[in-house]
This record gives sequence, C-alpha cells and structure tokens, in this order.
Amino acid sequence: MTTESALTLGDVPTISNKFRLQYEQAQSAWVLLYPEGMVKLSATAGEIMRRIDGKITVDALVAELEAAFPGAALRQDVLDFLQEAHGRGWIASGR
Amino acid sequence: MAAAGSLPGASVTRPEGPRWLLAELTYRCPLHCVFCYNPLDYTNQGPELDTQTWLRVLREGRALGAVQLGLSGGEPLQRDDLQVLIAEARGLGYYSNLITSGVGLDEARIAAFKRAGLDHIQLSFQDSTRELNDFLSSTRTFELKSKVARLIKDHDYPMVLNVVLHRLNVDHVGQILEMAEAMGAEYVELANTQYYGWAHLNRDQLLPTREQLQRAEEVTERFRARVGARMRVFFVVPDYFETRPKACMNGWGSVFLTITPDGTALPCHAARMLPGLAFPNVRDADLSAIWYDSEGFNRYRGDAWMQEPCRTCPEKAKDFGGCRCQAYLLTGDATQADPVCDLSPHHHRVIEAVQRAREPGRQAQPIVFRDDRNARRLSAKTPA
Repeated sequence: MTTESALTLGDVPTISNKFRLQYEQAQSAWVLLYPEGMVKLSATAGEIMRRIDGKITVDALVAELEAAFPGAALRQDVLDFLQEAHGRGWIASGR
Repeated sequence: MAAAGSLPGASVTRPEGPRWLLAELTYRCPLHCVFCYNPLDYTNQGPELDTQTWLRVLREGRALGAVQLGLSGGEPLQRDDLQVLIAEARGLGYYSNLITSGVGLDEARIAAFKRAGLDHIQLSFQDSTRELNDFLSSTRTFELKSKVARLIKDHDYPMVLNVVLHRLNVDHVGQILEMAEAMGAEYVELANTQYYGWAHLNRDQLLPTREQLQRAEEVTERFRARVGARMRVFFVVPDYFETRPKACMNGWGSVFLTITPDGTALPCHAARMLPGLAFPNVRDADLSAIWYDSEGFNRYRGDAWMQEPCRTCPEKAKDFGGCRCQAYLLTGDATQADPVCDLSPHHHRVIEAVQRAREPGRQAQPIVFRDDRNARRLSAKTPA
C-alpha cells in the first residue's frame, strides 16, 4: 500500500482507491474511511485533501492554498503533509 | 442559571453519537463455527426485521453520526435484500463493510454489490488448511472461500482476511499469513477468540497455551517485518493472558451500536446476556431515543456504576473497567472489574481457566458446534 518514492511538484495526486474521503457533519471534519476504520483529518489536512481531484498538480495545489489563506507561509507544510499522506498510502501520485 | 436539574453522580455531558453501526441482519448461517459469539439461544430470538425497518435504522443511525456500517450476522448473504441495504448505505454516506463467510457470494452478486456501493469485504477463514477449516465450521467451505477471495480481488475491493485464533489453529499462523499474502489481502485480522457465546461454551477446548501464543506472536512479528506496509496485520490480544482488561467497545455506549436480527439495540454484540437490563427494540423507538435515553445504553456509561478496585483506579479512564459481559460471565456480577485485570479479586478465575485448559482430559470433551439443534437444546437449559 505504500510507495517510497518522493512526490514532485509536477505530480498529480489522487486519493488512493483504498480510502474514501468525505466530510462528516457530525464531527465537523474531513475523514478518510477504510475497512472498519477512520482517520479524522485536522482542519489543515482537510483543506489539502479535499482539493485533490486527480487533475491538480502539487504545485498548483500549493498555489491555490496560498491564495485561499493569504499571509500564511504554507508551502513547506503542504509539501510535508503530502509526503506523509503519500507514505501512509492515502494518496497516489500520477504524472 | 441555577443547576436545578443536576443530580449527584448524574452525568451532565451528553455522550457523542455512535460512530459504528453493526447490523446483524440474521442469525441464519450455513456455517457452525465452534467459536461463534452469537447467543447460545439464537433460535429463541424474535423474527427478523423487514427491509423497510432496516432502511429506517440505517437512516436514523447516519443521522446520529454513525459512519462505519458493519453488515454481519449470522451470514448476511442469507438476506436477499442485502443489495438494497448496501445501496441505501452508500447513498447515506456510510462506509459499508460486509462481514461474511463467503458462502453465497458469486460473481453476479459481488458485481451487483460493487455497483450498489459496497466498500469492503471481510472474509473469514477458519484455518489455512482445508481439513481444519472444514472441521471448525462443520462444513466443506475451504475451496469456496478460496474462490471468493479471488472474486474479491478481481472486483477491486479492499480485503480483510479474518481468522479467529484458538488452540487448534494458532500454530498455523505462519501459513495463515502466507495464505493471506498470496490472496492479496490488504489487512489480516488474527483475532484471538474472545470467550462469549459458543466460544465460552467451548472454552476448555479453545484456550491456547501461553507458549502457543508467544510463538504465534513471534511468527507474526517476523511476517510484519518482511512485508512492511504492504499488509497490515492485526493481532487481537487474547485477553485471558493479559493483566489489564481491554477497553471494551471503547466504553459502554460510546461509539458502538449493534442491532440484532430481531431489532434489539445493544451497546455491544454480547450485551443481551446481561440480566436485569431491558434493551430497547428499534420497532418501538427511534435510534436517537435508544442511544441517548434508554436505560440499557445509559447503565454503564461514565463511572458511577463502578465498584472497587475500578472506582478509585487511575486507569479507569483508559479501560473503563473492561468488559461488562466478561465480568458477568466470570463473576455473576456485571458491575465487577473485568477479572482479566490482576487487580480484580476474581482474577484467579481467569488464571484457573487457562490452567484447566491445559489438563489433558479437557481436550477429550466433545466440542459443541453452533447449530439450530444445539441452540434449542441449550436454550431449553438456560432461560434467555
């Protein structure tokens, strides 16, 4: 379920087909669902993950988040999170 | 504001809604597993809920915040409305888990479930060998299960392979893990038997030895190290060999809601055995009233019900005193500490059970298969 290779800015990530991402009203949070389990995402992680649509590149994703949350130095945090999400098998990379 | 409504000892915080809804759709099952957790008197329960009632239960559960849905039993494939329930579950936003023996799953049905939105299939095996699988379930199902495992992967479902472990198969853990790997399972649950229902009845024959468990854990660790993150292997702790109880259900009425085939709502799938507790039925009340207001769900919430040593124990926030059903089964009193805990004055009962299972003569007793004939015989002996 895990791949070791690093994500690059040109990659187009997708939500892994082993997980389902959805917003949970009852928990006011985005969650990742998998067999008999759930990861509740932080607000920041939710903002990143919900933008992953199989079309947007990593680079464009960072730009969009920087536009949505002006003034915050997000780039490194977003890249670190995506790398972690990739390592955990939540997202897959495509080119 | 005057705190007029607050009573001493009464919980003032409303619990959160359930996250897990376990729909036990039927007690009918083509298998006869000796470790089944279903009640011994399952033939004595009321008629199964109809489709419309299950659809209402799904809607009410989702409105309360349940997000994981277990479709279980018995064997849920015995219900011919399963596809309708799956479709409704997907429409409502559940992540649906079909928990099955595989008996009754064919190419057409598995494809239809996929279209309806089923997320995951948990397939049970009793062992890595045909002989023991077929003996433990009292059926010839090994080949069929192997075929179903291929269907699950062909249709691109995530697969959990579940094997209940006990004395008779725990030495095969290495082969079981290799079988799971060859089948392409993403997850393996090595679920050491929990001693309720039929498993409790067969406890002397099923309890492994400590040495067997240690070897099984070592084999599991080596396997994990080899496969890395490709597969996740859960080794469900055999609590009779522990000194602290499991945090059963993550606390009574905390995240877990079971609906039995006849519509009884339970905080865990074994809770119906507890005497003096009337559990509500979905035919008579909606799930919100059941979850928040019923006596059955409120009885062991919080810690006001606890006795010593739990009441003043700093670990009570972590393990909630363990399992109420196990306390009742082993001490006759559901408000006792779970005797798995070595602080319990009844811990010796667990130690004695483990020792007794080592006595050679114990293995000679006939093992009791879960079937209708035995259920009727047993329910005649033990009033429900």
